[in-house]
Amino acid sequence: MATAAVETADGPGRATDPLRPEPFVVKQVTKEAGDTFTLALVPAAGGRFRRFAPGQFNMLYVFGVGEVPISISGDPARPELLVHTIRAVGTTTRALQKLGKGDQVGVRGPFGTAWPVDEAHGQDVLIVAGGIGLAPLRPALYHVLLHRGLYGRVVLLYGARTPKDILYARELRDWRSRFDLDVEVTVDRATMEWQGAVGVVTKLVTRAPLDPASALAFICGPEVMIRFAAMALQGRGVPDRRLFVSMERNMKCAVGICGHCQFGRHFVCKDGPVFRYDAIHPFFGMREV
Amino acid sequence: MAVLTFEKTLGAHPFFKDLLPIHLDTVVGCAANVVFPAGEFIFREDQPADRFFVVRHGKAAVEIFAPGRGPVTIDTVEEGEVLGWSWLFPPYMAHFDVRALTLVRALSLDGACLRAKCEKDPALGYELMKRFNQVVVQRLEATRMQLLDLYGNGRG
Repeated sequence: MATAAVETADGPGRATDPLRPEPFVVKQVTKEAGDTFTLALVPAAGGRFRRFAPGQFNMLYVFGVGEVPISISGDPARPELLVHTIRAVGTTTRALQKLGKGDQVGVRGPFGTAWPVDEAHGQDVLIVAGGIGLAPLRPALYHVLLHRGLYGRVVLLYGARTPKDILYARELRDWRSRFDLDVEVTVDRATMEWQGAVGVVTKLVTRAPLDPASALAFICGPEVMIRFAAMALQGRGVPDRRLFVSMERNMKCAVGICGHCQFGRHFVCKDGPVFRYDAIHPFFGMREV
Repeated sequence: MAVLTFEKTLGAHPFFKDLLPIHLDTVVGCAANVVFPAGEFIFREDQPADRFFVVRHGKAAVEIFAPGRGPVTIDTVEEGEVLGWSWLFPPYMAHFDVRALTLVRALSLDGACLRAKCEKDPALGYELMKRFNQVVVQRLEATRMQLLDLYGNGRG
């Protein structure tokens, strides 16, 4: 049986069974936008919380329904509160949507690779998010803002479908009010009430304040958006080795055994979900990988 | 003095980068400073498109009026961008409304004047056509991505 070394509240190194869900309790449900919501979970009585790195994901198990991979969207400095932002699009995510305060959910994880927040020390950080892709990037932004002095310029570019679909609207307003963070938001379409930018997020990339030689870009969103955002960044002179993307695939076991999430020679659950772009670039745009 | 400012402004703009000085002079000869207060229309659909703009400050919305829905914003244009290409293609009519969302300061370029000069100087015409086609291609790609409704749920 595979095991994972997981850092817990009691310290690193406790061996756990990564295939066995542990019970957590819903502490808070927040409706975000449309069919998207955020669950804040705490360990069930006697349970322990686990530290995670920005970009990692958990497997959430609705007992009797099914299990889905969901990125962690909370603050890595507050691991006692396990936060996931979820879009209700299938049987299990719709079951998660029906959970209320006090309900139980099974959690396996955290799994996968992380955004290279340490590698970005001393450099500019450009975060490009589309739709719910902001959720896996939020922990990276929390981390960068907590250690703001370690980074150069920090820029967040976020694209949503409409103004009503903007995630974390209150936090975005707070972030926009900071003098040490550039935040640009665009939507694909809007009515006259919206005074912000309209257009695809890649358009923001073309005019973002950016030093290509000293910037790392973290990109997450639909795959087509990732591809075009990467192209826009390449057009700005940012080399592929400085681009990092988070991939979404149908993760099942989450430990690289079952092969459901295979992407070329990689398993997204184990080798990803965060990849350096030059490692997976050849597989983008392939009809079947 | 004003002409010198136009030369500097247009010469430094990415859209006009590396344009031959003689061609830049021609473009400058068709330029004027304009200001649109917030709320004012810069273009109206089905009205003659006799100008294009290099936005220097502010933001404008490209809108289409949808019966039953009212004006829908499909794009915004901001500082540094070029606004308007209908002046270059028959029937030289605006296809969308464009409204200033904030105070917009721009350089206005006389399309009729430039078209006449392009007819006389095909090299200038080809150069401008290449540059505007690049803008059109970028907008087309963006529109296609919007049509994909990438952030939708796939159920329409």
